[in-house]
Amino acid sequence: MKVLALTFVGGFVAAGLAGAGTVAPGDVVFDDYGAIAEPLTTTPGDPEKGRAVMNKGSGNCIACHQVTDLSELAFHGEIGPSLDGVADRWTEADLRGIVANAKMMFPGTMMPAFYKVEGFTRPGDGYTGKAAKGPLEPLLTAQQIEDVVAYLLTLQE
Amino acid sequence: MSVVVKRVTAMLALGGAVLASAPAFADADEDNLVINGDIAIVTEAKAPAHMEYVDTIYSGWRFRSDETQVMQADDFDNPGMIGVENAMEKWAAVDGSEGKSCASCHGDAEESMVGVRPVYPKWNEEAQEVRTLEMQVNDCRENRMGAEKWGYTSGSMVDMVALITSVSRGMPVSVAIDGPVAETWEQGKELYYSRTGQLELSCANCHEDNYGNMIRADHLSQGQINGFPVYRLKNTKLNGVHARFKGCVRDTMAETYSPGSAEFVALELYVASRGNGLSVEGPSVRN
Ligand code: HEC
Ligand code: HEC
Repeated sequence: MKVLALTFVGGFVAAGLAGAGTVAPGDVVFDDYGAIAEPLTTTPGDPEKGRAVMNKGSGNCIACHQVTDLSELAFHGEIGPSLDGVADRWTEADLRGIVANAKMMFPGTMMPAFYKVEGFTRPGDGYTGKAAKGPLEPLLTAQQIEDVVAYLLTLQE
Repeated sequence: MSVVVKRVTAMLALGGAVLASAPAFADADEDNLVINGDIAIVTEAKAPAHMEYVDTIYSGWRFRSDETQVMQADDFDNPGMIGVENAMEKWAAVDGSEGKSCASCHGDAEESMVGVRPVYPKWNEEAQEVRTLEMQVNDCRENRMGAEKWGYTSGSMVDMVALITSVSRGMPVSVAIDGPVAETWEQGKELYYSRTGQLELSCANCHEDNYGNMIRADHLSQGQINGFPVYRLKNTKLNGVHARFKGCVRDTMAETYSPGSAEFVALELYVASRGNGLSVEGPSVRN
């Protein structure tokens, strides 16, 4: 294996372009608490697809979070809180805001913004260590955000 | 005394590694490191006064598994020592237009180089710059030997740094942070706390706020550099400090700085100073 320092590496895959009926990253409206009331796409989120995004290869949420429902996957991180029962604690709009840009709700949080394309320091071209070639893609597509939110809403205790 | 003789002595004296194992838990473990039954390594110390958010500093060794830890307790089992032996040959080999080797000026590395590693990076008055050990090695090669510079992260360089480091094992890291280096140190500190890349992560996010925690399959340490060069089981070679910095910055989905760049020299000075008080440990073994 090469010098891949982290299993974390390659965890986030550049997402596709925003299509018709989707809210572009720059147009997302957060409320005063950092929640997003309106869905980012017209297609309702699919919890099964969202579940897949939680793993490495896309969202890699479990790099930082433990989720009992995903216990078939090895190595859940300890950086953020466990997401068990997260739907009891937060509304759909809250969860959408947290996943799209957690820094709006938790200033200074370590959690990356998954639906943001500007305002970075030394943005790279993925995990190459080289400078970004052009405009960045968000870490997750609008639809993937909706899918993850739909999945998180299934996490009740 | 050669490395080989030392090793044999250690073997006879000890016949194995010294590891008092405690049950594994999230934070730094309770193990002690004594190399070759002889060199006691300080892997935990009171944080230097300049550190605002950390009370106790730990070597990365304390966060590794017992199987990885034990490889460092005896030079026979430490694959990084092969680099040290390679460098011993280079130390004595004449190279360049001046017909000199390192040994021509510095004699026996095991005597003349003792105490060098703990104070690098350090200020060079003549050049009016902060120098890493790599920069100093290349300065000697170019200006005293008339030899080609080595690549900053080349095998020859990392081996030589491993040799120079190995003879100071057990001595406390003690880089200066004031006087002429103060400005560079401040720059390094700023880099340490800057959140870079699309993941917007700083060194501090992982190594200050979350050491002891798992990030996916990785057990985060304090990201100390007292153990460098590090033999990594993952890439099966010795790795220098700047190569590791580059990897960590890349993993924030950022454009990295180059090994040997002014930014990484500053960052090295700052990170080294966060380890003031830990023992020099390199070449160490990590996963
Ligand atoms: C690099 C670490 C990291 C990653 C990756 C990450 N998070 Fe987080 N997350 C955090 C932290 C830290 C918090 C706590 C917020 C704070 O800073 O106070 C958090 C908070 C949350 C919360 C609120 C939980 C609660 O009970 O308050 C949710 C929901 C959440 N994250 C979902 C996700 C999802 C979904 C993903 C992936 C798409 C993800 N996180 C990826 C670090 C991370
Ligand atoms: C996304 C998390 C993350 C960030 C950000 C990060 N690192 Fe690391 N770093 C790791 C992991 C994981 C390892 C391997 C486990 C360990 O030793 O902590 C590591 C290892 C290291 C090591 C090796 C320690 C040893 O004992 O071998 C050093 C030195 C280091 N990091 C320095 C830095 C510096 C300096 C920065 C900022 C420029 C940085 N890291 C940013 C995750 C990170």
